[in-house]
Amino acid sequence: MSRSLLLLSVAAGLLFLQGCTVTPWVQPYERHYLADPIMGFERDPVAAGYMNHVYEAREAARGAEGGSGGGCGCN
Amino acid sequence: MLWVWVFFPLAAGAAVLPEERADTMYHSYSGGGVTIDGPSVLVRKNVGNSLSLSANYYVDMISGASIDVEATASRYSEQRDEYSLGADYLVDKTTLSLGYTNSSENDYQAETVSFGISQGFFGDLSTLGLRVSYGSDDVFRNGDDNFAAQAEHRRYSLNWNQILTQKLIAELSVETVSDEGFLNNPYRSVRYQDPDSGTGFSYQPELYPTTRNSDAVALRAKYRLPYRAAIKGEYRYYVDSWGIRADNIEFRYTHPLEEKDQWILEGKLRFYKQSGADFYSDLFPYINATSFRARDKELSDFSNTSLGIGVSYVLPDRWSLLERKNTVNLYWDYMLFDYDNFRDVTVHGGGSDIAPGEEPTYNFGANVIRLFWSIWI
Repeated sequence: MSRSLLLLSVAAGLLFLQGCTVTPWVQPYERHYLADPIMGFERDPVAAGYMNHVYEAREAARGAEGGSGGGCGCN
Repeated sequence: MLWVWVFFPLAAGAAVLPEERADTMYHSYSGGGVTIDGPSVLVRKNVGNSLSLSANYYVDMISGASIDVEATASRYSEQRDEYSLGADYLVDKTTLSLGYTNSSENDYQAETVSFGISQGFFGDLSTLGLRVSYGSDDVFRNGDDNFAAQAEHRRYSLNWNQILTQKLIAELSVETVSDEGFLNNPYRSVRYQDPDSGTGFSYQPELYPTTRNSDAVALRAKYRLPYRAAIKGEYRYYVDSWGIRADNIEFRYTHPLEEKDQWILEGKLRFYKQSGADFYSDLFPYINATSFRARDKELSDFSNTSLGIGVSYVLPDRWSLLERKNTVNLYWDYMLFDYDNFRDVTVHGGGSDIAPGEEPTYNFGANVIRLFWSIWI
């Protein structure tokens, strides 16, 4: 009985997951605007990393700088 | 994190490695009596189709004297050298990252290791990244061979990047940082009221708590305008166990002048504001007045406003090295710091009769320059 319940739960879980699979609403061929280099959050890692360092050294706040951030290895 | 895997089922997509390029930068920060400048060289190159390696050499050279040095003659190291190595490995739609950083000064040694994983979902409409890092520091004090201390830093971050429409992309970042050990500057002092002193105040060393935990959350978005230009907006909120609250907001405008991107112009505006640490005071009432004490202006109540402009220029083929795309880039930022409860004690140097605690609050402007040359290798 408990095994049937388990199987039922797994089946229900899989159906639930299936229901969560969303069709991408922006297709790959519709991403030409986003693929433009000017649409990157930071175009130049060397320059973005430096500004994060400047801010972190002079402001108490730190972290959540985004994909280009992540700390400077200094204090 | 389970919800992430339940609600973001894998979908077909194409994760890519970062761009292969070499950047050589001169950077300079000049303000408040101090100039910090130096080079930074960042090289990133693929090995095969799925491995990207990066190396960065960065130098800070410090000259001049800040208001803290003027007031208490504390010393600072003159140069910091930083080496970083990184590797990104692409497995199907997943990128695994490893990083190592070594930072060295004559009185401070720091090592950091990091690990990250990112994964595309929904046909790469969403990208989720997790990153952890661990840093270990050795702190020394010039002129005091008996002083040595340690500090540890642990960082945990989550990035969720989301394509919202054909022209709009957004990112949510959350990061927790945990510090433990010797966290204050071994040279800095706090001042307290001292009727026996000629100026009415004296100094004693700072004393910080040995732990600090902080949380930051940021939301940023970038939108492609009806003509070929982009605007970016960003907001971050920060809170920590020292009682500091901070937030900042930034706007950026990016405008290419020609279709072939020969010139790209950029403008930026940023506002930052924080409330200070619980144990900060510009002037303590007497010696050893509190268990912890700080008069570091970075822990005071203050705000700063930044204005920045930049230009990027693609070199014509006849001037380009390696027959690849070459760019030269110049960015200038002006930052205006305005302190609410950090007072300018240098007014006492000329024999002023201003009472302690009545000095004007401090403010200064700083120029930040980034000049770099990039080659897509």
